[in-house]
Amino acid sequence: MEPSFLVIQSLNGLASASSLFITACGLTLVFGVTRIVNFAHGSLYMIGAYTAATLVPWLLQFYFGPVTFWAGILASALVVGLIGVVLEIVLLRRIYAAPELFQLLATFGVVLVVQDLVVQIFGPQDILGPRAPGLRAPVEILGRRFPSYELVLIAAGPIVLGLVWLLLRKTRFGVLVRAATQDREMVASLGVNQAVLFTGTLFLGAFLAGLGGALQIPRVAANTGMDLSVIAESFVVTVVGGMGSVPGAFLAALIIGQLQAFGILIFPKSTLVVVFLLMAVVLAIRPYGLFGRPEVVGGTHAVGIVSRKPRSSDMAVAVIVLALLACLPLVADAYLLKVATEILIFALFAFSLQLLIGVGGIVSFGHAAFFGLGAYGAALGIRWLSAPMEAALPLGLLLAAVGAALIGAFVVRLSGIYLAMMTLAAAQILYAVAFQWVEVTGGDNGIVGVWPAEWASGQTRYYLLTLGLTASAVLVLRRVIDAPFGYALRAARDSEPRAEAIGLNIRRHRWLAFILSGAAAGLAGGIYAFSRGSVDPSLLGIPTSVDALTMLLLGGIQTVTGPLVGAGVLHALRDQIMPLTSLWRLFLGLSIIAIVLIFPRGLVGTVGHWREARS
Amino acid sequence: MATISMIRWLALGAALALAAPAVQAQQAPIKLGELNSYSKWAAFTVPYRNGWQMALDEINAKGGVLGRKLEIVSRDDGATTGDATRVADELVTREGVSLLFGSFLSNVGVAMADYANQKKIVYVAAEPLTDAITMAQGNRYTFRIRPNNFMQVGMLVEQAKASGAKRWAIVAPNYEYGQSAAEVFKRLIKERVPGAEIVAEQYPALGKIEAGATVSALEQARPDGIFNVLFGPDLTQFVREGNTRGLFEDATVLSLLTGEPEWLLPLKDEVPEGWTVTGYPWDQITEPKHKAFVEAYRAKFNETPRLGSLLGYMTVYMIRDAIERAGSVETEALIKALEDAKFDTIIGPVTMRGIDHQSTMGAWVGKLVQQGATGGMTDWTYKDGASFMPSEAEVKAVRKE
Repeated sequence: MEPSFLVIQSLNGLASASSLFITACGLTLVFGVTRIVNFAHGSLYMIGAYTAATLVPWLLQFYFGPVTFWAGILASALVVGLIGVVLEIVLLRRIYAAPELFQLLATFGVVLVVQDLVVQIFGPQDILGPRAPGLRAPVEILGRRFPSYELVLIAAGPIVLGLVWLLLRKTRFGVLVRAATQDREMVASLGVNQAVLFTGTLFLGAFLAGLGGALQIPRVAANTGMDLSVIAESFVVTVVGGMGSVPGAFLAALIIGQLQAFGILIFPKSTLVVVFLLMAVVLAIRPYGLFGRPEVVGGTHAVGIVSRKPRSSDMAVAVIVLALLACLPLVADAYLLKVATEILIFALFAFSLQLLIGVGGIVSFGHAAFFGLGAYGAALGIRWLSAPMEAALPLGLLLAAVGAALIGAFVVRLSGIYLAMMTLAAAQILYAVAFQWVEVTGGDNGIVGVWPAEWASGQTRYYLLTLGLTASAVLVLRRVIDAPFGYALRAARDSEPRAEAIGLNIRRHRWLAFILSGAAAGLAGGIYAFSRGSVDPSLLGIPTSVDALTMLLLGGIQTVTGPLVGAGVLHALRDQIMPLTSLWRLFLGLSIIAIVLIFPRGLVGTVGHWREARS
Repeated sequence: MATISMIRWLALGAALALAAPAVQAQQAPIKLGELNSYSKWAAFTVPYRNGWQMALDEINAKGGVLGRKLEIVSRDDGATTGDATRVADELVTREGVSLLFGSFLSNVGVAMADYANQKKIVYVAAEPLTDAITMAQGNRYTFRIRPNNFMQVGMLVEQAKASGAKRWAIVAPNYEYGQSAAEVFKRLIKERVPGAEIVAEQYPALGKIEAGATVSALEQARPDGIFNVLFGPDLTQFVREGNTRGLFEDATVLSLLTGEPEWLLPLKDEVPEGWTVTGYPWDQITEPKHKAFVEAYRAKFNETPRLGSLLGYMTVYMIRDAIERAGSVETEALIKALEDAKFDTIIGPVTMRGIDHQSTMGAWVGKLVQQGATGGMTDWTYKDGASFMPSEAEVKAVRKE
């Protein structure tokens, strides 16, 4: 390779690093002060890009020149900053004290809402912004042409770093931000006005996200997928750099930019994997990132199901429900059975997550990994080993369990937000593998032709098979929850030091819980693959993980049957509402936010609460 | 998506208004199931929907088919294989549609073909271009209207011979359509241009191109010919970076689909002039039937047609003809009516070849040129698909039936 090419390629990497840093810097600042991992940060970035791509060409009509262009970029960033303020006042302020899981879900609700609103406001088309006036001509570097706008971007990163550094070191606001990042309670008890501090930080963070997005318009078309892709990369940057650390984010962005630029040469098809692999390696060696500090977590943040004596009537109710479900094919048509089959599958999926979150207090944000592994395991078995369904399903379950054992081994060392991020990263790595390892997984195409065996095909028979498998799995998990193993998990959830003091090996218990839960999710995934006839990478995507979490939340995290009810209600609603409206995500997002804010107990939890209150 | 639901309501209103006076001897309408990536690939699919809507309105105004009205139940396929087959299942089992048509991405098309085969229902793949749908994964329930990759690449390679380019670079989205097009190109360029070699290949993920890095990686290989399969936002970014860095200056560029208005218009004043492309010069086609279509379309939607509009319009008319000839909507009768059927379309006669269910619809091949604020095609000719189809022997060798 010629040296001039290497230079150009690393300049490409620097330009991406710069834009990534500007966005991630906002995320890390917000996290430092508010301790909220703001999923909606990517949405703010997207709004910045869309606003600039519409606003700048409009401004350029009046006066065509560099001043107009840059003024338009700054104005767009300011608009996004103000949206950040609204977001803080309306939503975030109300969830600072909520468990992490609720915070993540609420901000993800915002992501969903923004996705639909952006389409409503800016239309479904991708918008490529104008080129920067005066920067259209390329620059000659070592005999190769290089876009001059990229040079400006390369400079923008360090400039933003410098300005943020000045702000943090030389102003009172900066002192408070740093103080809050170190110890929020102390700052509060010293009488600092928290409302102003937090709103100001959100403004700054959103402004940076908007700026990051606005700066992209001459090189990337504003599109509706940019929120999730940038948030995933920004998470990696903040986690690798250490959450809350601005210089850490800068260093991490530089590393990732270069990795992507040269990764494309060495592994032209695995650019996505490389980035998340870096995150996994860094977290495995330094659990708190390059410049991060260990997080102080109390047991107070964990929510989950309480320990209680199993009632004897439970068994009777379970038998009756099962019998009713088994009779469903007598009255239902083919389509209703299809929906019922899917509900059963999602119920198992959500229930398996309950073992981790509700019982173990392990907030997994990447449960789709195991669902997807199960589905892919079954599909790969069919495609490569020509296995029959009877062998492919256990294969999927096995693959998911092995995957859970591997991921779990890394994850159980972590806690709190780092744990959630690590599980997210694991799911994203698997997503990237499924997406880019085209030879084996079929990439974006997925694998088709995953149909059930002859004896199980047909809607009724497949429904009964699904019912049998999911019911058995749920009963086994239920038994585990009520067994001493389940109690040990609960003890570790409520107070790690005490659990350790009485001799429980917390990591091993959590690891086993991971494997069990992963295997159950894998079974659900395998059944799902056969019900649809195909698998594709979206099964491993963030939205699938959020689906499971939403079901859990809707049903009630503090109840055993919550996830089952949540799965039924959510999927039935989705089936009814989705064909009617193109605003399904808006509806879902608002519902998630409403549940978090208004009734965090969920459906089953609320009913139980009423009943207790009455008696 | 206010406009879309607006259109839907307006269409419903129009349908009710039209239907109301004609409530004599009512027979239930014939239901067709339609699914496409309306939210993810709106640039192509919204004009496509306008096209089929227009054909549907025209057909129903003339009394429908077999004395019954046509009704199209349309859904978003989510642009993923799983969502598409799920939606298809809903259309078939809940809505009770007689056949399915639509889908945009090739991978979704392959999954739909598999679904059609499994559930034994006719599926007309209007747009998906991968060869697999009519070749290796083809089946007796699946029919395709657009000229497939083998045909379109064949048309382009024919043009490549004259250029003398030997060192070729490929850039294609890394999914079914891009992989299939790249594979066909490699084969055809070596067969038909002696001494040609492939010096670089780049496969960015669909919708996730790192344009700067991709362009400099291609530049590194110093190709004198470039074969491009990118479309949509990937294409816009690639062209901008390539123009800036001078990638296209001394190279012959062959590009699939870039001459179609849906992908050409977003390039605005940065059209890479001189690219040899397949496309749709809608404003220069002089056939009277096509002119009438353009006028009616512009009057109805206050917009110029895209290739999607033409395709949606043609597809519904071809389905109408097939139902009329079959005399029913039974799957077996429909298959019989479609195989080796000749259709008189607004762009001329088209035959649905029986051996692989690939229609002989052709494509317009020409060069890109900047025309004021947007791009257009020049020096173009319409290539009839019939002369570019894979031979019957080739088809027999790969189809599993």
